[in-house]
Amino acid sequence: MQVVQVDVVVIGGGGAGLRAAIAAAESDPRLRIALISKIVPMRSHTVAAEGGAAAVVRPDDSLDSHFEDTVSGGDWLCDQPAVEYFVAHCGPEMIRLEQLGCPWSRKADGNINVRFFGGMKVQRTWFAADRSGFHILHTLFQTSLKYPAIRRFDEFFCAELIVEEGAIRGVLAIEIATGEFFLFECASAVVCTGGAGRVFRQNTNAGTVTGDGMALAFRQGVSLRDMEFVQWHPTALPGTGILITEACRGEGAILVNKDGYRYLQDYGLGPVDPWPRTKAMELGPRDRLSQAFWHELQKGRTVATPRGPVVHLDLRHLGAKKIHERLPLITEIAKTFVGVDAVKEPIPVCPAMHYTMGGILTNVSCETSLRGLFAAGECSSVGIHGANRLGSNSLAELLVFGSAAGTGAAGHAHAVPRRNGTRVRQLAESSAQRLSAMVTATAGERLATLREEMLDSMEAGVGIYRRETTLKAACDRMANLRARYRAGVLLDDRGRAFNTEWLGAIELGFMLEVAESMAHSALGRRESRGAHMRLDGYESRDDENFLKHSLAHFDGDGPPRIDHMPVTITRSPPRSRAYGGAGKKAEMS
Amino acid sequence: MESREPRTDMSASSTRTIIIECLRFDPASDSEPREQAYRVPFTDDMSVLEGLQYIKDTIDGSLTFRWSCRMAICGSCGMMLNGRPALACETFLRDFRPGPVRIEPLSHFPIIRDLVIDQADFLAKLESIKPYLIPAEDKSVADGTYLQTPGQMDDYYQFSQCINCLLCYAACPQYGLNRAFTGPGALALLHRYNEDSRDAGTAERMPIVNAEDGAWGCTLVGYCSEVCPKAVDPARAVNVNKINSAKDYFLHLLMPK
Repeated sequence: MQVVQVDVVVIGGGGAGLRAAIAAAESDPRLRIALISKIVPMRSHTVAAEGGAAAVVRPDDSLDSHFEDTVSGGDWLCDQPAVEYFVAHCGPEMIRLEQLGCPWSRKADGNINVRFFGGMKVQRTWFAADRSGFHILHTLFQTSLKYPAIRRFDEFFCAELIVEEGAIRGVLAIEIATGEFFLFECASAVVCTGGAGRVFRQNTNAGTVTGDGMALAFRQGVSLRDMEFVQWHPTALPGTGILITEACRGEGAILVNKDGYRYLQDYGLGPVDPWPRTKAMELGPRDRLSQAFWHELQKGRTVATPRGPVVHLDLRHLGAKKIHERLPLITEIAKTFVGVDAVKEPIPVCPAMHYTMGGILTNVSCETSLRGLFAAGECSSVGIHGANRLGSNSLAELLVFGSAAGTGAAGHAHAVPRRNGTRVRQLAESSAQRLSAMVTATAGERLATLREEMLDSMEAGVGIYRRETTLKAACDRMANLRARYRAGVLLDDRGRAFNTEWLGAIELGFMLEVAESMAHSALGRRESRGAHMRLDGYESRDDENFLKHSLAHFDGDGPPRIDHMPVTITRSPPRSRAYGGAGKKAEMS
Repeated sequence: MESREPRTDMSASSTRTIIIECLRFDPASDSEPREQAYRVPFTDDMSVLEGLQYIKDTIDGSLTFRWSCRMAICGSCGMMLNGRPALACETFLRDFRPGPVRIEPLSHFPIIRDLVIDQADFLAKLESIKPYLIPAEDKSVADGTYLQTPGQMDDYYQFSQCINCLLCYAACPQYGLNRAFTGPGALALLHRYNEDSRDAGTAERMPIVNAEDGAWGCTLVGYCSEVCPKAVDPARAVNVNKINSAKDYFLHLLMPK
């Protein structure tokens, strides 16, 4: 086993990880920072984000307004001090990214432009056409090359956190090209591994989004918070789950059912006119829109296709010029993957799992309960999304909190320097032996068999609408799958060089634990709030009993223990979460 | 790295199959690459990537390839498909009917395993061209954003669309002959920064352009632009740089440093 000694390890090279590494390098250029990623950073799933990133910039907007939209969008399950910190730091982060070269879309006068997004009162979404995530990621990656303090370990797979006496001491990783183990001894580490969308079959996520960091921290006793809150994006392509950005609706696209009827007006988002207006109809929040699709499906008003039921996203009235200028990627995707010319035909869409609102519990400074361990981005739960994330808050989040986590981890490395110890190496060696044994196992089930059962069970039991019976079935199935996983996964690939089947098996272990925490957290929440909807007598929000966060605690081979913690409410007391209604017509830019 | 079985909602016409021939190589057991053929059932909407995932899930878990976003934006799944560089996720099996389709790793790169190539050379080149803004003077957040008109943005925007998928390197005969050539993707990105109105780093990047293995390494074949999945047109970037390089040369004759 090779040992690399550094000050700070950043796990994950997506937007949050790159921002964290840059922040750490800027806070002290003498630090040794290892940026470890299982794919080359510019391939990370941030690349697929389309719509944009929120930050107050217009004179008719305010931080209070962004705060209110976020807190009500999250159905009052947000920690309000975290939201306050967040909205205040979004603007500086967007400006900084512009100064680093991000090609934000511009107005004729040369200033940056902003677009409408669901659940936001005012235009505050900074965008780079509909390739916002791509440009953010490449800008950060290319910028990171400037800093000698950042040493990249591309295609290194993090397999274990090495913890001693309640503090992070190291990270065990596999060099994918050779299959060799590396131990990164460190003073602090930042987990930036993204979400866990791949635990559902119909999802918008890249194949790499397997909850790695969540499971790594969870196994070391860090709680996962609010895992039942899973966001379904209302507009993805059927079958593949490829994302069709909310920016389509931000630019004025409409959703119609098989009768050409704008069905959202039947679900508390209407009336239709005047159109467009913010926080109404197609500019409502994602949870409400995905739930409306489910009801249309029950009523038999969706369109059947070989890849499942859909509704139609109609952009035609925007005209070819605006479609090509503002939504070039969507035009390309619709053409390639479903053979639709968005200028001439509506795009078939349906909901797909998109985002993990919950994650590794951190405070506003991105610190976890393990000394020296930080988390930022989708893998974390810093408390800003509550029960439903607003679109364009997540790209902003990974900049704001990636930066905070990187600065925090650098500070921690100064305050509490790395300690060498034989114990750390012993722990790493024993983990490496256990992981190596997976390659040579002679009995067990096929990886795909276990994975497919997990996907089916999560779709059936922990979907847009939930019941105790289906949730319990999912919990039981996850326990069963975990037991079978422990009994063995039989790999075809017995080599060590670039063994993606082996890594897939390790990822499946991560996914099963994360999926199980989602199912149990959902079972424990006997109310409906945001993206968590129950059909079994708990159809309403219940502030008396459930205005609180869920916590899942790792419990070895058994199911996670679930308990709760209070929500921090400082400024905005819970009230009814209203969309639609009267309002004035919005001016489209 | 997790992959998915083909969907179960296939229509009755899904009984069609196609032969996929893959180049295989395991450094631990093979002295040179070999071939292996798989018969794969497919539907009209199935990508080549989904065909490979089907093989990995149900026939042979040792078949090795890179993939991630499956929507042609991450740049992971570049391969040679019947001899032409392409992204496996946005190329469809139906277009190779009746088959077979031959899949090989991207040309001109060392093979690590099966369809996985070593990208280290490209990453080093990317780093060498200083792909970040080098501003005339540092700005603080309080200074706000730069002004840049849509017209100024048009000067470089096309060249900022590169997803680093390396198809252009696999298409470039010059890179095949001389691995020192900076190559189309990296030169296009260099051009992207030089053309950005916010950048003042052209002088720092011109030595890379002027070098023998810079823009002048290109022999104007243009296949790079033909295979580019994002219409970046690296050939145009490289050849504009030849003009810039020539100007730079004459300027230095007139006004030596």
